[in-house]
Amino acid sequence: MSVLNVRDLRVTYRTKAGDVPAVRGVDLHIDRGEVLGLAGESGCGKSTIAGAILRLHSAATAIEGSIELDDQDVLSLKPGRLRAVRWTGASIIFQGALHAMNPVRRIGDQVVEAITVHKLAGEREARVRTAELLQQVGLPARRIDDYPHELSGGQKQRVMIAMALACNPSLVIADEPTTALDVMVQAQVLRLMKQLQNELGLAMLFITHDLSVLVEVADRIAIMYAGLIVEEGPAEDVFHAPEHPYTEALAGAFPEIGDARFRHRPAGLGGDPPDPQRIPSGCPFHPRCGVAIEACPSLDVELWAAGEGRRAACIHVAGAPELSGTTS
Amino acid sequence: MTGMIETPRQADATTVGLEAPAPPAPRDPRKIKWARRRRAFAGFWRVFRQSRMGMVGLVMLGVFILVALMAPLFVGQADLGVSDPPGAPFQPPSLEFPLGTDDFGRSVLDLVIWGSRISLLVGFAATVMTMVVGAAVGISSAYYGGRTDSVLNAFTNWFLVIPWIPLAIVLASILGQSLFNTILVIGLTSWAGTARLVRADTLSVKQRPYVERARALGASNWHLVTRHILPNVMPVIFANTVLTVALSILAETTLALLGLGDPLSISWGIIIFDAFDAGALSAGLWWWLIPPGVCICLVTLAFTMCGYAIDEVLNPRIRER
Amino acid sequence: MRSRRYILRHVLHAVATLFFVLTFNFVLFRAVGDPVKLLTRSSVHLDPQEQAALREEFGIDDPLPVQFVNYLGDTLRGEFGYSFISGRPVTTSISEKVWPTILLVGTALILSTVFGVLIGIKGAWRRGSTFDTTSLLGSLTLYSMPEGWLGMILLITFAGTLGWFPAGGYESTDELTGFAHVLDVAKHLFLPCLTLTLGYIGEYAIIMRSSLLEVMGEDFVQTARAKGVRDKEVRRRHAVPNALLPTFTLAFYSIGFILGGAVIIEEVFSWPGLGQLTYAAIEANDYPVIQAVFLLSSAAVILFNLIADISYGYLDPRVRE
Repeated sequence: MSVLNVRDLRVTYRTKAGDVPAVRGVDLHIDRGEVLGLAGESGCGKSTIAGAILRLHSAATAIEGSIELDDQDVLSLKPGRLRAVRWTGASIIFQGALHAMNPVRRIGDQVVEAITVHKLAGEREARVRTAELLQQVGLPARRIDDYPHELSGGQKQRVMIAMALACNPSLVIADEPTTALDVMVQAQVLRLMKQLQNELGLAMLFITHDLSVLVEVADRIAIMYAGLIVEEGPAEDVFHAPEHPYTEALAGAFPEIGDARFRHRPAGLGGDPPDPQRIPSGCPFHPRCGVAIEACPSLDVELWAAGEGRRAACIHVAGAPELSGTTS
Repeated sequence: MTGMIETPRQADATTVGLEAPAPPAPRDPRKIKWARRRRAFAGFWRVFRQSRMGMVGLVMLGVFILVALMAPLFVGQADLGVSDPPGAPFQPPSLEFPLGTDDFGRSVLDLVIWGSRISLLVGFAATVMTMVVGAAVGISSAYYGGRTDSVLNAFTNWFLVIPWIPLAIVLASILGQSLFNTILVIGLTSWAGTARLVRADTLSVKQRPYVERARALGASNWHLVTRHILPNVMPVIFANTVLTVALSILAETTLALLGLGDPLSISWGIIIFDAFDAGALSAGLWWWLIPPGVCICLVTLAFTMCGYAIDEVLNPRIRER
Repeated sequence: MRSRRYILRHVLHAVATLFFVLTFNFVLFRAVGDPVKLLTRSSVHLDPQEQAALREEFGIDDPLPVQFVNYLGDTLRGEFGYSFISGRPVTTSISEKVWPTILLVGTALILSTVFGVLIGIKGAWRRGSTFDTTSLLGSLTLYSMPEGWLGMILLITFAGTLGWFPAGGYESTDELTGFAHVLDVAKHLFLPCLTLTLGYIGEYAIIMRSSLLEVMGEDFVQTARAKGVRDKEVRRRHAVPNALLPTFTLAFYSIGFILGGAVIIEEVFSWPGLGQLTYAAIEANDYPVIQAVFLLSSAAVILFNLIADISYGYLDPRVRE
């Protein structure tokens, strides 16, 4: 059963310095109970997608394409319906829980707000539910009246998770939920998220730049580069046998102990992610690509089949069309 | 070494390739430094230019400074003297005297043009004093920390608490009324605000890794302050300086209106005071009262707009997307 | 428990500051040369006998520490000496003139904060709109005007040319009672209060606006919107309470400036308050009055700052530790 269905999503920021195309035609599909990981470097557009699903961007941002949440077309919802869908249809766990909560209000009140705003319960009931949620994420219920600054980073993130579950959403979007945390806490929070996702059968969109995290948490992975998806497939396959050269570089940056490939030194990738206002022609990755050929700068890339349930946007992939003419 | 106490970060996929380009042939370090400064300034100017508010302010400032510098060409000492005034007193605007005359018969236009010199001079001089004292105290306080910081910081806060006008009145009544004393009084009552700002910024700069690294390499205090701390606190100091000039000009006006200005000099504030003292209010001599006030307002506005524009350039977070 | 320590700390700090102000005042007036010389610098001429009597009264020939203790005792008892101009006890003059000033300054403070905050909020929430641009420009312009001058302009225009308001004073000479009296005072209060309000409303609006803009960029505002909270509620419950924090402290901290501004404005509008008293004292170098005003205004500012710091602890849970 489809929870999220995104087709040809394009998001363009309108700034004083011109239009910035952050997302340039992305398709996503998440079924009930499935975890889709979305990975890529900073600036590739992944967080933009998170904001677009709940239409959190400013009016100056142009969004085209279709976003279907629980079979509702999000982009055409009127403000009233949109507000009703927010948090009940999909909720977001923001990155850097440092300032994701109002510093002058108690955490309990903030979770209760999510419940009462949607009129799912009265104040008293909502508090009871909040206490339950806190316990579910591993926090003692008495912390319900604490202020955000009284909690550690990991604890704050747990509260954010509790808040995200408050309205029983169909989809939970986690936008870099562990990036700002210490490694040990990161592991704890990830374990918690995986456990909750299992128990509650949640669909999840897990956004991060850290590919190794996705291998543990996600069922399928999609890799983003310069506003486009360049590879997608089952998590293990994508990480261990990448088809797209960018995925290979990304995976290579997270060495696994014991894997012979990384024995000598971690691999890196020269250059920087492209400026969204100056995206290279053809395949956007060709300037940094180790296996680029003559045709790449003028290629019309799309996601071609690359194996069982896998697709990649590279000319070298099995399902890519034959090139006419010589290759170098 | 920095990084040892931080938790190990996972390698970001944006790691630059292992082959670094060969370093360019060594050039004169001074040339490099100046080239870097020119580039930094060009970058700053490029963003500043985009701010309409900043550009308007800058143009207005240019006009006033030009007028102040060229004033001696238009206004002679004879026009300003009270013994043989060019016109009859209390005359409303006419062709000969576009802004009318004052109680002695001098042209108000001449007075206003000449007044720009003292007003701007006091503004700049008081600012220099404020910035030098404020920055010195702020940086020392934050840099040395400990006892020095406690003492200096308490001193600064104490100065901040005292309402400046009563303090200025007290100081002026003891020191007497002169241009120098006016500058001194404004400096003494304004330095604390700058000191607090600079101290806060220095504290944050002090924490930065390159400072710790330089210290580990054995840099002396003087080197650290002049080569690392000061250049990085400069943006805050710069933005604050421009706004301080605006406040100093307003302060000079306030002191003049209280009767604490130098009776022998001519500034816009003193012109207004003279007018008030001579009964211009009840006589409705608007041509005498309005122009100097408008000038003060425009100059202050100009400095403030520039100051905010500079702040926007240096603090990209508040810029409009 | 924690809160009590917080309050105590701030009260002690306020008392310490007050003590330093008293000391400063003493040092300035006594230790800076012969106070009698200071006194005779004014137009009051004294023969040697009177000078000796003054010395006796001021205890100038006593050792400094003795003088200091006497001075502290006098001050705490409310004995500020006698005014040179009127010869009456300073305390009496002050108590007569304090209420009009409280009325003027208090009303202006409330009006300028409330409206300044509202304008700032609306401007930030509708950034770039006509309202925002106009209010920003207006705020900047008002902020750049010397308030004494603004008062003069308003007086000439509305009381002089248009005759809508009385030209000064606290009440008309007719013996009015009850509501008619209140109305009469209100009419006299209007222009000076308007001037003082306009002088500070700009600053509050600008601070509130930039504070709110900064808060609006914070993640928790996004969280609130994502939760499905209406825009108005996001503003009211999340953005504004956080943005109010710096504005709140600023409002209290600027009491010193408003008190200062009151001096000129009371003089311009002949408003019979402490400002008018101070203005006359400056003209005549009436040191007892100047000293007393300095001490009282410093004490008022210290008190307001204390109230601000303590109340801030209730508003921002983060500082209570």
